[in-house]
Amino acid sequence: MITLTDVQKDYSSSVQIGPVTTKIEAGGITALVGPNGAGKSTILTMIGRLLDIDSGQITVAGHDVVNTPSKAIARVLSVLRQENHFVTRLTVRQLVSFGRYPHSRGRLTLGDERFISEAIDFLNLTDLENRYLDQLSGGQRQRAYVAMVLAQQTDYVLLDEPLNNLDMQHAVQMMKQLRRAADELGRTIVIVLHDINFAAHYSDRILAMKNGKVVQHGTPAEMMQDHVLSEIFNTDVTVIDGPNGRLAVYY
Amino acid sequence: MFKTAFHLPEQRHSGPLTDSKHLRTYAVLVTILALLSTGFTVGILLWDNPTELFSDGWWLIVGMRRDSLLTIGLVALCHAVATIAFQTAVNNRIITPGIMGFGSLYTLIQTGTVFLFGAAGVNALVGIGPFFAQMAAMMLLATLLYTWLLSGKFSNVHIMLLVGVVLGGTLGSLSNFMQRMLEPSTFDVLTARLFGNISNARTEYLPYTVPIALAVVVIFWMWAPKLNVMALGRTTAQNLGLNHKAELIKILALVSVLISLATALVGPMMFLGFLCAMLAYQFGDTYSHRLLFPLGALAGYTVLSGSYFILRHVWDAGGAVTVIVELIGGAVFLYFILRKGRL
Repeated sequence: MITLTDVQKDYSSSVQIGPVTTKIEAGGITALVGPNGAGKSTILTMIGRLLDIDSGQITVAGHDVVNTPSKAIARVLSVLRQENHFVTRLTVRQLVSFGRYPHSRGRLTLGDERFISEAIDFLNLTDLENRYLDQLSGGQRQRAYVAMVLAQQTDYVLLDEPLNNLDMQHAVQMMKQLRRAADELGRTIVIVLHDINFAAHYSDRILAMKNGKVVQHGTPAEMMQDHVLSEIFNTDVTVIDGPNGRLAVYY
Repeated sequence: MFKTAFHLPEQRHSGPLTDSKHLRTYAVLVTILALLSTGFTVGILLWDNPTELFSDGWWLIVGMRRDSLLTIGLVALCHAVATIAFQTAVNNRIITPGIMGFGSLYTLIQTGTVFLFGAAGVNALVGIGPFFAQMAAMMLLATLLYTWLLSGKFSNVHIMLLVGVVLGGTLGSLSNFMQRMLEPSTFDVLTARLFGNISNARTEYLPYTVPIALAVVVIFWMWAPKLNVMALGRTTAQNLGLNHKAELIKILALVSVLISLATALVGPMMFLGFLCAMLAYQFGDTYSHRLLFPLGALAGYTVLSGSYFILRHVWDAGGAVTVIVELIGGAVFLYFILRKGRL
C-alpha cells in the first residue's frame, strides 16, 4: 500500500501541489487523472522519490521513501518518467539488463538473465532484443523502457504517461500488457493517464486530481458519471454506454 | 558479463558487447592501438641516441626519455579517465573538464599564490607539500564550483556550455589581471611554471603523482558498474537506487584530482580529454566503462606519444607536442559539432 500524509510541494507562492492525504491499495492498476497542471506527475515522481517533498510523508509498503536508502527502495518500487533519452547507445536487451542493477549491482547472474528474458518476452520484444534503441519506433522504445522497470521485479511500478506519443494500436497494446502485469505478475501499477476512457476500461481505481488536490478517488463505475467528470475536467462530459463499458464523450 | 559473451555464444545473454563481431572489432582496435603505442614507446626510447650503445651516457639519455614516457602515459590516462567519468556524471558527451574551465582554475590558483605571497610564493610553489596543498585547493574549489553548476540547475546543454566558457574566461582574466600587477621577474618565473610541456615536465613529482593517479583510476574501475548506471541520466539512475547527487559529487571530486595531477605535470590541456573520450565512444560503441577506459587511455597514449615521437625526433620540436595535440583535439571537437549539427 502507498500512503500519502499531508504531502506538499511548493513550486512558487502561487503554484502549490497538495497537501495530499490518500491511500493507494496494493494490487491492480490505479490511474491518476486530471487536467493539465493538476499535479499528477508531481505526486507520482514524489512517490518515486525523484522529486523532493517539501512537507508531509510518503510510505510505500511501509518504507518511508525519503528516509529509506534509495537502494532498498529500488527493490520495492520502480518509476518511469515520460521522457527518456540516453547518451549511450544501448540495445533493448542491454537497457532491460539495467533493470537488474538494484539486485545484481552490475554482476548479472543466470537468474538475472532469466528475468531479463522474461521481461523482454512479456512485452513482445523478443525479436528486437539485439536492436539498438535508436533503430526502434517510438512505441517499441516505450515498450523497452517498460520492460526495464518490469525486469526490476518490484511490487510497485509507477509510470508517468506511458501512452504519450503512442498511436491507437500501441496504446491499447501497452494497456493490455500492463493489465497482464498486474493480473499475472501481481504488480501494483500506478499510472498517469490523460484519456479517461483508457483509465475507465483498464484500471481498477481512479484517483482524480485538480488544482494540486485529490478531488475524487473511486472505482471506474463510481467515477464514470456526468457530474463527477464534468467537475474534474472543467468541461461538459456526457457518459454513455458503449459496447465495452461506459464511455465519456466530451466533444 | 564478459565471460558469458565468450562461453555461451548461442544463448540469450546481456553484456556490453552485443555479439562476436562487436567483440572482434574491440579486440582488433585494442591490438592496433597497443601495437602503435608500443612502437612509439620504443621509438622514443631508442631513436637517434648519439652516445655509444649501453654506455653510461646512453643509459642516462634513456632514463630521461623514460621519464617523458611516464609523463605521457600519466597525462593520457588522467585525461581519458577523467573526461569519460565527467561526461558520464553530467550525462553529456560534449562538455569536458577542460572546456568547463578546470585549466583556468589551475592557472588562477597558481597565479593567486604568487600574487598573494610575492616572490616567496614562487618558491613556495616548489616542493611536495605545496604541490599537495595546491592539489587539495583545486579539488575543493572544482568540486564546489562544478557540483553547484552541474547538479541539474542548468539542464540545458547550451547554457551549461556557455556558463563553462564564460567561467573559464572570467577565471582566465582574473589570472591575467593579477599577472599584470606582478614584478617582471616574478612573472617570468610564474610563466615558466604555467607553460608545462612534456620535454620539460616536472618529473620530480612523478613518484607521488603516479601512485595517486593509479589509485584514483582503480577507484573508477571499481565504480564502473555504477558509472554505467549514472550514464543513463538522473531519473533512471535514481530509479535504480543510486543517490545521484552524492555520486555526482564523488565523481567530480576524483575527476578534479586526475585533472590537477595532469595539469601540474604539463599545464592545462583543453581538448586532449575530449579527443580520448570521443575515440573511445566511436571505436568502442559500448556503455561499459571497463571497456571505454582502456580504449580512451590507449588512444590518448598513442596520440600523445606519436606526436611526441614525430615532433621531437623527426622535426626537433618537442616543446610543441601539447600545442599540436590541442590543435588536433580542437579540430576533432569542431568537426564533431559541425557533423552532428547540434550539441
